[in-house]
Amino acid sequence: MDIVKTDKLVFEYIRRDEEGNPVDITTALDHVNIDVKQGEFVGILGHNGSGKSTFAKHLNAILYPTEGKVYVDDMDTMDDSKLWDVRKSAGMVFQNPDNQIIGQVVEEDVGFGPENLGVPTKEIWERVEESLRAVDMIDFRKKSPNKLSGGQKQRVSIAGVLAMHPKCIILDEPTAMLDPSGRKEVVRAIRGLNDVEKMTVILITHYMDEVVHADRIFVMDKGKVVMQGTPKEIFSDVPTLTKLRLDVPGPTRIAWELKKKGLPLPDGILTCDELIREIQKCR
Amino acid sequence: MIRDITIGQYYQTESVIHRLDPRVKLLGTLLFIIALFNYKNPVGYALGIIFLFAVIKLSHVPVKFITKGLKGIFIIMLMTVLINLFLTPGNTAITLGKLTITYEGIATAFSMMLRLMLLIMGSSIVTLTTTPNNLTDGLEKGLGFLKIFKVPVGDVAMMMSIALRFIPILLEETDRIMKAQLARGADFESGNLIKKAKSLVPVLVPLFVSAFRRAGDLAMAMEARCYRGGDGRTKMKPLIYKKRDAFGYLVLFSFAGISIFLGRWHIITEFFNSLYVNYILK
Amino acid sequence: MPLILDHVCQIYNADTEHPVKALDDVSLVIPEGQFIGVIGHTGSGKSTLMQHLNGLMKPTSGTILYNGRDISDKDFDKKELRRHVGLVFQYPEHQLFETDVFADVCFGPRNMGMSKKETELTAFDALRKVAFPEDLYYASVFELSGGQKRRAAIAGVLAMKPDFLILDEPTAGLDPVGRYEILDMVAKLHKEAGITIILVSHSMEDVAMYVERVLVMDHGRVAFDDTPREVFSHSAELEEMGLAIPEPSKITRKLIELGIDADPGVLTATEAADSIYEALMRAK
Repeated sequence: MDIVKTDKLVFEYIRRDEEGNPVDITTALDHVNIDVKQGEFVGILGHNGSGKSTFAKHLNAILYPTEGKVYVDDMDTMDDSKLWDVRKSAGMVFQNPDNQIIGQVVEEDVGFGPENLGVPTKEIWERVEESLRAVDMIDFRKKSPNKLSGGQKQRVSIAGVLAMHPKCIILDEPTAMLDPSGRKEVVRAIRGLNDVEKMTVILITHYMDEVVHADRIFVMDKGKVVMQGTPKEIFSDVPTLTKLRLDVPGPTRIAWELKKKGLPLPDGILTCDELIREIQKCR
Repeated sequence: MIRDITIGQYYQTESVIHRLDPRVKLLGTLLFIIALFNYKNPVGYALGIIFLFAVIKLSHVPVKFITKGLKGIFIIMLMTVLINLFLTPGNTAITLGKLTITYEGIATAFSMMLRLMLLIMGSSIVTLTTTPNNLTDGLEKGLGFLKIFKVPVGDVAMMMSIALRFIPILLEETDRIMKAQLARGADFESGNLIKKAKSLVPVLVPLFVSAFRRAGDLAMAMEARCYRGGDGRTKMKPLIYKKRDAFGYLVLFSFAGISIFLGRWHIITEFFNSLYVNYILK
Repeated sequence: MPLILDHVCQIYNADTEHPVKALDDVSLVIPEGQFIGVIGHTGSGKSTLMQHLNGLMKPTSGTILYNGRDISDKDFDKKELRRHVGLVFQYPEHQLFETDVFADVCFGPRNMGMSKKETELTAFDALRKVAFPEDLYYASVFELSGGQKRRAAIAGVLAMKPDFLILDEPTAGLDPVGRYEILDMVAKLHKEAGITIILVSHSMEDVAMYVERVLVMDHGRVAFDDTPREVFSHSAELEEMGLAIPEPSKITRKLIELGIDADPGVLTATEAADSIYEALMRAK
């Protein structure tokens, strides 16, 4: 079943002058068709300004389509009566770790979502506990968020969304402001959610190495989906990715350069181990 | 200097004061302040100080942490002391050129300073031992009766709690922007008041821009987590009075009653007045 | 004139139960003309170090010398130091405050007491050096993209004509192409304008490709101070510090362990591919 489905989604930013007359129209999303199945890990790639964050905001009914439709768990996001159900089904984690934590204590922040949903007190505590365990932050439950590292803050944010028991979780560049070790721990947490908890994950990022384990990848540019497929298919096409201002993972680039020199390597090598194994075969 | 203000900062530890219901603590602060402004003799102040330090001791918050809050109001304290010292009429104690200091002035200045210090320290304890969420819960419930007058108590409480959470973040940001502008040769220290005020523009503008950006982000994050005002929300930590809270109220009211009574009791006041007349004036 | 740090220590919260040694006995010489990378994970002391070089903090002990003089001296002119040592903070676009880009770039030189004409000339020069698009010189800051804002902010520091330029994570939050554009621009400043560059980063990949000297900070100490090749050969120690070495280096090293005679000092993907290919061909 499709958890998320967009049908020819178009979104236009309209800039108006002081009298309210439109002066400029930017098409941020241009007939985007993306569908995500239950339990999938989907990566959405694109450089800054490619429209990927605008897309994310549609899934949570923060923005509404100018044209086309967005369905979350079979609910039309334009349907006002379903607004809170949509937001409950599609949990969202944002980029800036400081600007999305509401509570002054970790566990209180995680409890914020369930409180808003009217969950009974006893169940809130159970949800907080299980969510903090899922992101391995249970030891920090009494800490102040201000004392945490960026990676830890983002894991708290993920727990805060999990506690709402969403059908899928959308992460909008959750690692863009983190250092390498913070990135690693957040990506590990996200993969854990998908592998262990079978949570549907939509990860929006510009770091290629974060989506090498995804089930499917969509690449966006200028508001359009320009590539889609498995990581292997996507990363085989190094020239196109480079043209789209995107990097490829280190091992993939080395493999591609070696192949250009004539080494018989297969397409779409993604990890270090894979590359080493394949090079060994060429000796 | 702004970093020294301890109001609005939570000090994490375990103590009986931390566990107390926020409504007890809020009412306690109110009673403490009322008591402070009713004392007329040193016994009242002595009781106030003893009570305050007993609470601090119980709260497990280092005294240094609480007194740090006083640095922030140093200027206000100094002004209060100076004004009272020089402008209170009465029996001259010291003459400095045209200025005279009276015994009454010394007494008022001293008691004003004491009041201010106790007031700041007393209110710091509440914020240091209560998480902002808990504090706003307390306010929300304690002021719940205002709902009859159509005051959106829940929303206001949420706003306060968020404001409190962002204080340390914005202080850090201020520090960073100031340093960044210093690195570009900005000068916040020299010049007269107008020049100094002007030199703050390069700090305030980015600070406001960032505060608005954060507010926008936060509003979005809250909506995404289904926040839609106070109605229909449940509480993770609902406020329920426990035995210790009843005991807390008992201690508070007895303290306020006894200290105000003794602090205003005319026999004690007259005793100190006679000490003053007999030993100092002679 | 070189910048010299002589046994500099910086301790935060010294009077509490948990003092933090942000800098622990750091001694360094930073001569003019170098392109230096400073790496370390968050909290390793690298940001503190940068602020010291700009006189924004006073060391708990030790001295920082510029022009042979202690910069913490009371009669030392800090403004003069800041004119020669430019510091670009992380996310520098957050400090823009003027109504348009050009006015903001003028802020630094004006503070340095340059005349109006001189200020404007250096501002133009700085904007040109960071390759800021000319049609946006008088645009409002709010109309710019992330990368453009960052350039404008860097120009604001560059306009003071510093001899040293310190950049704290200049590529944070940018996409890959934005990153390389900024780094290429910085490399150009070093090569063409002869500015000494100190590039603070937690990305090994960024640093490896550009710099001639790498300082690795760990727990407030300088753990390594050498050429990138040398430093990255200590992969085990670096990983223990929570720093990942560049992937091409890592892969090549693993292949060497497996008996492929490649160059252990490669830093970039292209270098790695070349070296691995040659080694394979030699073996055949």
